[in-house]
Amino acid sequence: MSFYFVQFVTGLASASSLFLVASGLSIIFGVTRVVNFAHGAFYMLGAYIGYTLIDRLGAGVGFWPAIGLSAFAVAAIGTLIEMLLLRRIYDAPELFQLLATFAVALVVEDLALLIWGPSDLLGPRAPGFKGAIDLLGQPFPTYDLLLIALAPLVLALIWLIFRRTTWGVLVRAATQDREMVAALGVNQKWLFTSVFALGVFLAGLGGALELPRQAANHTMDLQVITEALVVVVIGGLGSVPGTFLAAIIVSELNAFGILVFPKISIVLVFLVMAIVLIVRPWGLLGRAEAAARTASGAIISRWRPFGAPGRIAAALAVAFAALLPIAAGNYFVGVATEVLIFMLYAASLHFLLAGGGLASFGHAAYFGLGSYGAAIALKSFGLGMETAIVAGIVLGLVGALVFGWFCVRLSGVYFAMLTLAFAQIAWSIAYQWTDVTGGDNGIIGVWPSAWAASPARFYWLTLALSAGSIALLRAITFSPFGYALRALRDSTLRAETIGIERRRVQWMGFVIAGGFAALAGALYAFLKGSVFPDNISISLSIDGLVMVLLGGVGTVSGGVVGAAIYRSLSIWVISHTDYSRLVLGALIIVLVVMFPKGLVGAFEAWRSARTGARLQGQSP
Amino acid sequence: MSILVVEELGKTYSGFQAVRNVSFALEAGEMLALIGPNGAGKSTCFNMIDGQLAPTTGRIAIFGKSTAGMTPGDIWRLGVGRTFQVAATFASMTVAENVQMALISHHAARWLTLRWAARRHVAEAEHLLDLVGMADQGQRSCGELAYGDLKRLELAIALANDPKLLLMDEPAAGMAPRERHAVMDLTARIARQRGIGVLFTEHDMDVVFGHADRVLVLNRGTLIAEGAPHAVRANAEVQAVYLGAGSLYRTHT
Repeated sequence: MSFYFVQFVTGLASASSLFLVASGLSIIFGVTRVVNFAHGAFYMLGAYIGYTLIDRLGAGVGFWPAIGLSAFAVAAIGTLIEMLLLRRIYDAPELFQLLATFAVALVVEDLALLIWGPSDLLGPRAPGFKGAIDLLGQPFPTYDLLLIALAPLVLALIWLIFRRTTWGVLVRAATQDREMVAALGVNQKWLFTSVFALGVFLAGLGGALELPRQAANHTMDLQVITEALVVVVIGGLGSVPGTFLAAIIVSELNAFGILVFPKISIVLVFLVMAIVLIVRPWGLLGRAEAAARTASGAIISRWRPFGAPGRIAAALAVAFAALLPIAAGNYFVGVATEVLIFMLYAASLHFLLAGGGLASFGHAAYFGLGSYGAAIALKSFGLGMETAIVAGIVLGLVGALVFGWFCVRLSGVYFAMLTLAFAQIAWSIAYQWTDVTGGDNGIIGVWPSAWAASPARFYWLTLALSAGSIALLRAITFSPFGYALRALRDSTLRAETIGIERRRVQWMGFVIAGGFAALAGALYAFLKGSVFPDNISISLSIDGLVMVLLGGVGTVSGGVVGAAIYRSLSIWVISHTDYSRLVLGALIIVLVVMFPKGLVGAFEAWRSARTGARLQGQSP
Repeated sequence: MSILVVEELGKTYSGFQAVRNVSFALEAGEMLALIGPNGAGKSTCFNMIDGQLAPTTGRIAIFGKSTAGMTPGDIWRLGVGRTFQVAATFASMTVAENVQMALISHHAARWLTLRWAARRHVAEAEHLLDLVGMADQGQRSCGELAYGDLKRLELAIALANDPKLLLMDEPAAGMAPRERHAVMDLTARIARQRGIGVLFTEHDMDVVFGHADRVLVLNRGTLIAEGAPHAVRANAEVQAVYLGAGSLYRTHT
C-alpha cells in the first residue's frame, strides 16, 4: 500500500515540471494560435543553461539564483526568436508557424550538442533538499516535495496575473477572441511577444528545476514536447487550470500505467487523450473555439489542373527520372528511390491538408501501418512482395477507416491532436507488441521479390507506383469528390448548405490519403529491408507537414515539390555534416521567412505577377 | 398547399427566449419579407428553418414534410436554396466552378472520383450565371469579385438546386441602391416564373416595401404584425418599434 502511495506522490512531483512546460505551451497557443514545437527545446535549454550556471556560481549558494537566471536567459532567447522570426510569419497560412518553430527546435538541438557535448549532464542536488524523508516507511526525496508544492504556487501566481493585471485581462481576452482584441486597438505585437516570453520562461524554469532529478540530455526536448502537447490538449487549449489538472492525470497515468498495464504503458496516455478528445473535444476545462471570422486570413489562390505545358513537363520529368539508373550508381539510385517514396507520402498528406484543409499531425500512422502490414505479410505469412504491398495498403486503409471515423468529428487543432494521438497509439503498439512487430528490434529481412531486387529495378517499380499514384491523387483532387472536399475547406457553411455531407466526405478523403501513405510505407519497407517503430514516429509525421508546408499548402503541387526538395536536401546534408539538424533548421528558417506561401506558392505568385505585368503592358 | 409552414416556433438560449411562438406560412411564387430591428430573432428564425439550429419548440414543415432532425444538407435535398447575410462561396474555385459544385451536388454526383469536375454541367452553369447577369464572369476567381457580384453568385448557387423554396438572408446588403433593386426585381421575376416561394430578411425598407408581397414583423422574438406592405407600414405598433428602437428607417407614406 505504502509503495503505491509513494508512487502516487512521485507522480505528483513529475506533474509539477510537466505543468510548468505545458502551461507555457497552452498560454502561447491560446493567444497566438501557434503550436510552439520549439517548446521542448526551450525546456532542454533551461536544463543545460541551468547546469552551466550552477557550475559557475557554485552548487551551494549559487543553486537557486542559477535556476532563476537560466529561466530568464531562456525567456530572452525565446523573445528574440519571437521578434526576429515569428513576427514575420503570423500572417502566413495556419500551421506555417509550426514549421518555423520546428526548425528552431532542430537548430537548438544541434547547438546544445555543440556547446555541451553529447554526454548526459547530471546536476547537483539542491541545497537544503538533498535528503529524503520517511513516507509510510519508504524513503522519499525532499526535493520532490518541494516540486509538489511549487506547481500550485505557480498556478496561483499565473491566476493572479491573469485576474489582477491589465495585461492578464488582455491575455484572457485574446485567448477567447483574438480578432476582437486586435480591433480594439491593443498593440498585438507586444502582447504576443510578452506572452511568448512568459510561456518560454515557464519552459526554461521547468527544465532547470528538473536538473536535480534527471540529467540534462539530448532527448528530453522531444520527450517533453509530446507529453506537454498531450497535457495541453487534455486540459483544454488555453486553460491553465485545465493544464494543471491534466498534468497530474498524465503523470499519474505514467506512474501507475507501468505497474498496472506494463504491456500498454506507453499507449495509455494517448488512449486517454483520444477518449477525452472524442468525449469532450475542447478538453476537460477548455471552451469550444469560436469560429474564425475570416478564412484563415490568407488569400486563397485558384486551383486548376495541369494544362498542356504542365502535363508535358510532368511527363518529361518522369521520363527523365526513368533514365536515372543508366547514369547513376547504386547509392544514388537508392537515394532517388527514397525521395520518390517520400514524394508519394507528402502527396498523400497534401491531398488531405491542402485539398481538404485537414491538418493531420499523425499521418505517419498510415505510412507505418503500410510498412508493418507489408513486413508482417511477408515474414509471418510468407506472402510474396506483390501481395505484401497490397496487404500493407489494406492495413493502412483499415487504420484510416477506424481512426478517421473519430477524427473527422473534430476540426482544426483538435483534429490535428486526435490524429497525433492515434499515431502515437499505433507507434506504441508497434513498440510494445513485441511478438508480432519485434518491438524495438523491428522486422528485418524484408526484401523485394527477385524480379525487383536490383536497386535499378526497385527504383523503376517505385517510380511507376509513385508517379501513377500522384497522378491519381491529382485526378481525384479535380474530380467531383475532390471538389466537394475542397468546398468544405473553402467554406464549410456553404458546402454543408448545398448538401455536401461533411463527415462522410472528409472521412473518405482521410481514407484515400491513408491508403496512399500506406503504399509509400510498404515501398519504404522493401527499400530499407526492414521496419522499425520509427516508421510511425512523430518526427516522420512532422516531416510530412514540413514537406507540404515548404512546398506550399495553397497550391496543388506543393507537397510533391516540397518533398523532392526537402528529402534530397536532408539526405545530402546528413551525408555531408554531423550537424545536419543545424543546417536543415537554418535552411528551413530562411525559406520560411523568404517564402511564406511555400516554394510553389512563391513560384505561382511570381508567374502570375509576370503575366499580369505583361497583360497590363498590352492593354491600351 | 403552402410550401413552408412554421407553427409556434420558439428558441431558447440558456434561459433567453430569442424566438417565441412564431407562426406563418409561405405560398408558391410569393415574396415574403421577415423584418424587425436588430436582435429581433430574424437570423435565429432563418437558421432554424434551414436546419442549422434545432428549434426548442414548434414545428417547421417544408413541402408538407416536417424538418425536425434534418441537417442543412437534408433540407437542401428537399429542394431549398439558401443565401447568406455574409456571402459564403468557394474561394479557390472560379465563379462557374462554384455553380458547377452546387449542380454536382444537386445531381448527386459528389462521390465521383475519376471524372473531371470542371467538365460537368458546364452549359447549365452558364445558363444560371446568365440568369443572374454574370454571364461574362464565369472564369473569374471568386476572390476578385465585387461584393454585389458575390451576392448574385450566391443566388445562382441557390438556384442550381432548382429550388421551390428560397431562403435569402439580407440578399441586397452591401449593394448600391440601384443594384439592390435590380437583384430584387430579378429574384421576384424568377420566383414568379418558376413558382418559387421566397422568404427574405432585409434592413433596407425601400427594398422590403418595394418587392415583398407580404411582410412579417418580428420584435423581441415575437411576430407583432403581418400583412401587405402598405398595411404593415401603417401599423402603429410597427412604427413604434422602429422609431422607439432609435432606428434610422422612417416609413414615409
